[in-house]
Amino acid sequence: VSERFTLITGRTFKQGRGLYRGKGSEAYRASTSLVEMSAEDMARLGIEEGQVVRLRTAAGQVELAVHPGALPCGLLFVPMGPAASALVGADTAGTGMPLSKGLAAEVEVE
Amino acid sequence: VSALVECVVCPFCGCLCDDLTVKVDGGRVVGVRRACANGRGHFTAYDPSPRLPTCAGREVDWADAAVEAARILAEADSPLIFGLASTSTEAQRKAVELADRLGAMLDSTSSVCHGPTALAMQAVGEPSCTLGEVRNRADLVIFWGCNPAVSHPRHFARYSLYPAGTHTPNGRRDRTVVVVDVRPTASARIADLFLQVQPGADFRVLTALRALVQGRDIAAGEVGGISAARLEDLAGRMRHCRYGVVFVGVGLTMSRGRDLNVSELFSLVAELNAQTRFSAIPMRGHGNVAGADQVLTWQSGYPFAVSFAPGYPRYGPGEFSAVDVLARGEADAALVLASDPLAHLPRAAAQRLEEIPVVVLDPAPSLTAQAARVVFPTACYGVDAAGTYYRMDGVPIRLRAVLPADRPTDEKVLERIIAAL
Repeated sequence: VSERFTLITGRTFKQGRGLYRGKGSEAYRASTSLVEMSAEDMARLGIEEGQVVRLRTAAGQVELAVHPGALPCGLLFVPMGPAASALVGADTAGTGMPLSKGLAAEVEVE
Repeated sequence: VSALVECVVCPFCGCLCDDLTVKVDGGRVVGVRRACANGRGHFTAYDPSPRLPTCAGREVDWADAAVEAARILAEADSPLIFGLASTSTEAQRKAVELADRLGAMLDSTSSVCHGPTALAMQAVGEPSCTLGEVRNRADLVIFWGCNPAVSHPRHFARYSLYPAGTHTPNGRRDRTVVVVDVRPTASARIADLFLQVQPGADFRVLTALRALVQGRDIAAGEVGGISAARLEDLAGRMRHCRYGVVFVGVGLTMSRGRDLNVSELFSLVAELNAQTRFSAIPMRGHGNVAGADQVLTWQSGYPFAVSFAPGYPRYGPGEFSAVDVLARGEADAALVLASDPLAHLPRAAAQRLEEIPVVVLDPAPSLTAQAARVVFPTACYGVDAAGTYYRMDGVPIRLRAVLPADRPTDEKVLERIIAAL
């Protein structure tokens, strides 16, 4: 099954710890290798908490574990980090800022 | 011998909380009072023991590392200096000097956080105030596209929601709090009003608010997922408050519209000043990213994305900004100062940093440092080095060293690299 979503990336409290604890740890990897989805969307697509899905944007694709998040239906959240960076494109429309929120994304569930 | 140091400034985020008490024992910070969890971690996780710099993974002395860094940068045709967000204004000034000497491109992490806010500032002006004014006067506080409960945990307690001020003696009860976001964040839960905007619709919502504040009617029943009645209610609160403030988050700068979203917000705030008193403050993330804008502006005339290649500073967001020069493969060497672009820039830009020689100055191990040719483990400002940081409202604050200085600072290392050119 594959379905279109809107993706936002952003800071989380756990991801922020990488700044002083270093980014080589399993805790940092885990805190940045997840995608949050609304419980309604998870139920509709039959996704269990922790299940890995493929997330695809125009810039790239990653496989991430799904966690329930306080989000409206149709919206996804990925914490800033290497996974989010693989999904964000480098086009800045002449501003220097890559579009990091409001990206078209496709979720593939095996 | 353990000691308590009072009135310590936390350098972690743009709040620069200056009321911490730090306990020092055995050359380490072993306890921190009043900090948020990130602030506490910043002090207690830091190991200040001196470490040697590395060249290609091998330990070398400081002089040899400076010579190698200078060689890499001087031999490049188009070097990039990037970062500057978590270092002192004194070091930022040296970074500008180095860029000038090299004819390099110079960009801070502003370009990937509030760079669009700087563009909006240049387009329509910035109606601003200090956090002291917010604390003492603001009776309407709006958070637009930001989530301080997670990103700036003590902002509510120290500046914007809870403190009793001169004209807000009852603290939280004297303030109306509004959150505008695409999702119900932790910050939305403590708000009096939460307006959930559709992703990418902020510009339309702001335009509708500008019309309503000017006394015009809007024909639409809803704008960007928010009903006209709720927008009319918010516009009324904005017009009739005594002192309003909007905190501007990267929800506006990183989404469709970018600088135009912020321009629309700044215009709304400027127009509100015909009817009441209103200000806007960008929620700056890293401790001294606001200082990077200040130093670059006073040294070169421009806040970010500056090229010194012509022999004088030229401004070019989209042209000299880090994501663009890296993604186009234009930079052929880089010096990364106190930031981690390999973790946070889009993959297409970050991978260029794995292809070219990179010099890193950072107190903590980063993904960029792991892949770098030369790494300088420098001192941490506010912990084992003194320096100046700018708070998110543009107020400069002096950071003290609470530990003895055993490591060289970013400023001293940059001086050595400049001397070795």
